[in-house]
Amino acid sequence: MAFLKRSPWILHYDASSCNGCDIEVLACLTPLYDVERFGIINTGNPKHADILLITGGINSQNRPVVRNLYEQMPEPKVVVAIGACAATGGIFRECYNIAGGVDKVIPVDVYVPGCAARPEQIIDGVVKALSILEEKREKMTGEAHTKEEARHAAEAGEGT
Amino acid sequence: MNGLIGAVLFLILAPIAGGLIAGIDRKITARMQGRVGPPLLQPFYDVGKLFEKENVVVTTAQNFYVLAYLVFIALSGAIFFAGGDLLLIIFAFTLAHVFLVLGAYAVHSPYSHIGAERELIQVMAYEPMIILAAVGLYMVTNSFYVADIAAATVPAILYLPGVFLGFAVILTIKLRKSPFDISTSHHAHQEIVKGITTEFSGSTLGQVEIAHWYENIFLLGFVYLFFSWNPVIGVAAVAVTYVAEIFVDNVTARVRWQAALKSGWLAAAVLGLVNLAILSYMTIGGA
Ligand code: SF4
Repeated sequence: MAFLKRSPWILHYDASSCNGCDIEVLACLTPLYDVERFGIINTGNPKHADILLITGGINSQNRPVVRNLYEQMPEPKVVVAIGACAATGGIFRECYNIAGGVDKVIPVDVYVPGCAARPEQIIDGVVKALSILEEKREKMTGEAHTKEEARHAAEAGEGT
Repeated sequence: MNGLIGAVLFLILAPIAGGLIAGIDRKITARMQGRVGPPLLQPFYDVGKLFEKENVVVTTAQNFYVLAYLVFIALSGAIFFAGGDLLLIIFAFTLAHVFLVLGAYAVHSPYSHIGAERELIQVMAYEPMIILAAVGLYMVTNSFYVADIAAATVPAILYLPGVFLGFAVILTIKLRKSPFDISTSHHAHQEIVKGITTEFSGSTLGQVEIAHWYENIFLLGFVYLFFSWNPVIGVAAVAVTYVAEIFVDNVTARVRWQAALKSGWLAAAVLGLVNLAILSYMTIGGA
């Protein structure tokens, strides 16, 4: 059953953005946009999160932080890069300390364009991410089944 | 026999009722904040999702402790609905929380440890009042057995208004609502990460959530005891109490742990003890 799509919990991380995109992310939680309608909750804990919303182009100091956060999230998980900075480094691209996009450090599933990205776009990006999340979950359970079957086959092989 | 049926019904129905109440809670909260809010069944989606996720285990001991927490919460509620001894119920209930705290301490994470410490402070804050509530009900009905208290014809609330108010104060602590949601809460998802549940994820977190549903139903059952001489008034009082808790949750900010501890003890000392003192004076005078 697909509960995952109905209850995506979000982790929001600011990887050296100008704060513009972050304000738009938080705007999604206000009464006007109210993403809790879709069961979306903004959690501060990577271990509870399903979707990582990340803004900014990642600088050398928060590179390990981003990787750490990503690794702490339990599978299945998706990453949504928000804003021009998160996609390519944006206006900060030429800076000596900027990695130039989130996908330089961790795999990204959805890019939301804009400078700053609008709340409607962010919600749209999250909804896109949900179907990817669902795909990943199916793949995960599929893999678990294959592993299980392989194990059974191996055991049966030993038995005979 | 009746008791057994009560216990079984509780074990089966409480998660359903608890989840629904949590859904209504979130809906009312959203409306109070001018939002639409999540679907009514959202808590079930959340827990269903948690069981679908990968289970990241830091120490295997933590899963064992959380399971013990769930079992003992369910046990204390089952004894309650079986009409058992109120004191035994309170001890089982406290033990359950000790397991939750141990589960959080089992992981080497400062956030989890802060949450565990705060949970211990909460236990300290509500424990005196919950025992006084049991004593008060005993003084009115002459029995510690829930079955006898529920069957009593005296309106306990008229004898125990102070005790009831004190109980309402610690109910806020127990339901993890503001201003006393210091160890973990439903709304503040950003403060000291997630408190006591920081290191629990996937199905382990789902178990914590289910335990919380059991716990809420048990606590609302406790509220009902004060009004049990008339079932209609009883159910209405439980509903009013819960909506009042949601209201308080939405209009107050979280206090510091010192204030939470003081409020719990002040409620016990002033509302609880004074009420009981007057009650014992009256009954001795009357005899
Ligand atoms: S995309 Fe624009 S608004 Fe967003 S963080 Fe970069 S500079 Fe700021």
